[in-house]
Amino acid sequence: MNKSLFAFAAGLLFGIGLIVSGMANPRKVLGFLDVAGAWDPSLAMVMVGAIAVGLFAFARAGRRSTSLLGAPMQLPTTRDIDRRLIVGSALFGVGWGLVGFCPGPALVALGAGRVKALVFAVAMLAGMIVFEWIERSRGEGRGTSDAERVVAD
Amino acid sequence: MTIDWIAFTPWWSLIGGILIGIAAALLVLFNGRVAGISGIVAGLLHPRHPDTAWRIAFVLGLVVAPIVYVLLDRAPMIVIDAGYPLLVAAGLLVGIGTRYGAGCTSGHGVCGISRLSPRSIVATIVFIVAGMLTVFVMRYALG
Repeated sequence: MNKSLFAFAAGLLFGIGLIVSGMANPRKVLGFLDVAGAWDPSLAMVMVGAIAVGLFAFARAGRRSTSLLGAPMQLPTTRDIDRRLIVGSALFGVGWGLVGFCPGPALVALGAGRVKALVFAVAMLAGMIVFEWIERSRGEGRGTSDAERVVAD
Repeated sequence: MTIDWIAFTPWWSLIGGILIGIAAALLVLFNGRVAGISGIVAGLLHPRHPDTAWRIAFVLGLVVAPIVYVLLDRAPMIVIDAGYPLLVAAGLLVGIGTRYGAGCTSGHGVCGISRLSPRSIVATIVFIVAGMLTVFVMRYALG
């Protein structure tokens, strides 16, 4: 129960941060990605602010084995910089650049009642399901399923 | 390179970024979880997992955020210029890409870089550059 309460508070604060920063506005995101035109560098400041706080939080988290609520500390352990990481991130970047939505802002815009955000979010979920299908069909050949592992991130 | 000074909002973006950082801090310190939104959403595709409740709660927080924001201030500025075919294509790419790359702007860009993970730093550079190239192609090469 407590875990859900803190998760809700974190999601709410995250969403408000996305709105305040301008990240939830696709037109502003595209203005940030448009370095050849009239460039709006504001969103670089989002990363500066978030990482300034995050550095302290994750340094503390890294020294703990359990959270303040007694849950296991589940930090990512994968370290490989491989083709999957590069190709996956590149595909994500292309999708991001096409309309200016990444997953968080799309969910925020969905909450603001935007039908276009709903269409994007449904397509995004479909993309995630397609990924699992591909992984499962590959995994059957090898006897292991990467989809199970990846979901643990 | 020309800077769009009229659109430039460094302070609000910084404040919003700090709020995002505090949100990620809450989730990792209290729940022991990384605030990677694509990963949190993808985990909901397997509802048999015991940690479905907090994932739903987090997503609900994001969805409710604009409603709370309206009550505190005013309607959030959200301008979506893209048409439906492009939204579908982009959604599919973001869904597949964030799963192959195991993260998005939040998981790699905020949490991963905060953990000083070389993997996340590489991922963030790749998706920002890919996004910039895509905007360039869409606006100047095709447009």
